[in-house]
Amino acid sequence: MKNKIEHSKFDVENIRKDFPILSRKVNEKQLVYFDNAATSQTPQVVIDAIVDYYSNYNANIHRGVHTLSQEATDKYETARQKIQEHFNAKERHEIIFTSGTTHSINLVANGFASILKPEDEIIVSALEHHSNIVPWQMLCEKTGAKLKVIPMNQSGELVMADFESILSNQTKLVFVNHISNALGTINPIETIIEMAHQVGAAVLIDGAQACPHIKPDVQALNVDFYVASAHKMCGPTGVGMLYGKEEWLNKLPPYQGGGEMIAEVTFEKTTYANLPHKFEAGTPNICGGIAFGTAIDYMNTIGFDTIATYEEELLVYATHKLLEIEGLKIYGTSKYKTSVISFNIENIHPYDIGTIVDKLGIAVRTGHHCAQPIMDFYNIPGTVRASFSFYNTKEEIDTFVNAVKRAAKMLT
Amino acid sequence: MIIQDIQNEIIDEFALFDDWMERYEYMIDLGKSLPLINDQFKTEDNLIKGCQSKVWVHAEMKDDLVIFTADSDAIITKGIIAILIRVFSNQHPKSIIEANTDFIDEIGLKEHLSPTRANGLVSMIKQLKMYALAYQTQLN
Repeated sequence: MKNKIEHSKFDVENIRKDFPILSRKVNEKQLVYFDNAATSQTPQVVIDAIVDYYSNYNANIHRGVHTLSQEATDKYETARQKIQEHFNAKERHEIIFTSGTTHSINLVANGFASILKPEDEIIVSALEHHSNIVPWQMLCEKTGAKLKVIPMNQSGELVMADFESILSNQTKLVFVNHISNALGTINPIETIIEMAHQVGAAVLIDGAQACPHIKPDVQALNVDFYVASAHKMCGPTGVGMLYGKEEWLNKLPPYQGGGEMIAEVTFEKTTYANLPHKFEAGTPNICGGIAFGTAIDYMNTIGFDTIATYEEELLVYATHKLLEIEGLKIYGTSKYKTSVISFNIENIHPYDIGTIVDKLGIAVRTGHHCAQPIMDFYNIPGTVRASFSFYNTKEEIDTFVNAVKRAAKMLT
Repeated sequence: MIIQDIQNEIIDEFALFDDWMERYEYMIDLGKSLPLINDQFKTEDNLIKGCQSKVWVHAEMKDDLVIFTADSDAIITKGIIAILIRVFSNQHPKSIIEANTDFIDEIGLKEHLSPTRANGLVSMIKQLKMYALAYQTQLN
């Protein structure tokens, strides 16, 4: 069959069978899910892990001597080990379970409140998600420290020369996302970490958008903190992780008080538990943590090299096809980007395109993607963002491109 | 014409459309054709920040009737505004306060008035009612 689109060796049709949701219909059309940068879909093995937990060993962890509690604790700690191995952390207790990236960032920001002084400075990038801006603004308000911003250029890349000029001995903390959620740009975090360390600043990398596409090695990166969410990498919502170097995690005070995080309590004094429990007050999302481990196993079975190669193929194909549409402009044109395409069509509001393509069964994100400073930079109200995952196909891209053409025709 | 009659008229008009495409094409046409607000009223004060699309609303009273003008930067939102203006504008404040928007469900546009849609329309309807309430107080 000559007209069948060829994919690389990777068998996407087989992979798609792992995701029950991909066979559903939306507005009587076959679903095309291109909102993967907001949340990824869930494979059957992860759904099974969730059902298994509640069906067979639902219990509170680290506390009971009974069998169920032991089983739940073992599985939860095994999940922590899987995460440790995946990110290549040196110690298992350097992995803290959180409710997600935002929680992880706030945990670190809160910890730095007791470290920063008014003359200190924090640097963030212009490519940040709101969740990576607001906690630092709050921290600056609390401590009197100053917030500085690494600017971006028209291609959606950070201007590294400007980073060098704002970096100084006063810089205590640098926060950059590994990959921009709005534009897909892969930031040069290796260089950023190295430069920040030269002035003695700590570095936190937001890996929420990177982890679905690449496998970060926190030791090789020599990063101080790295954060991610399970729901962007085939896991459930409401769970994520914070990696922190042991010496940093020991330096930071606990974030929340509660059960699990204490060693000894009297009314006079409380001794905090050791890592990682010091940062895990209360009953955690046990099922979510375990399913996060399953999701990581699932993605590793496919392999991140395979995923990256295939998604690159989708990105190139979609970019080429979309640019055939008259008046279409892509925002974020860095050479180093993941499978995210943010675009607008001349004189058409992104909301209108999103509404029409939804009617055609296609899920894309429209709006400012919680990155208003980027939209202000381009002087646009928002964009249409299509983000692809390894379970998407070129046929779906064709369906999408035709839908956008149809929307453009209706709207002009 | 009273609000209920206008709403029934709109329901009848939409019943003629065969599918969503025709409904949307009609709304888009409404959005394109109508100059809905005088530029001088497109001010920050009259702006409802809907997150996804912006909506401007202006109100004035003439002969005990409230006249609404409004606009949006997104054309589908603007089309729905045109329908809402047709229903709510040129009415007595009391009728505006008492009116509901159930007809929107019947013409198949329910999702646009969902509070989670963030297009500014839900806030806009609230705003129309607030204006009506304010004018009603003046009349009493």
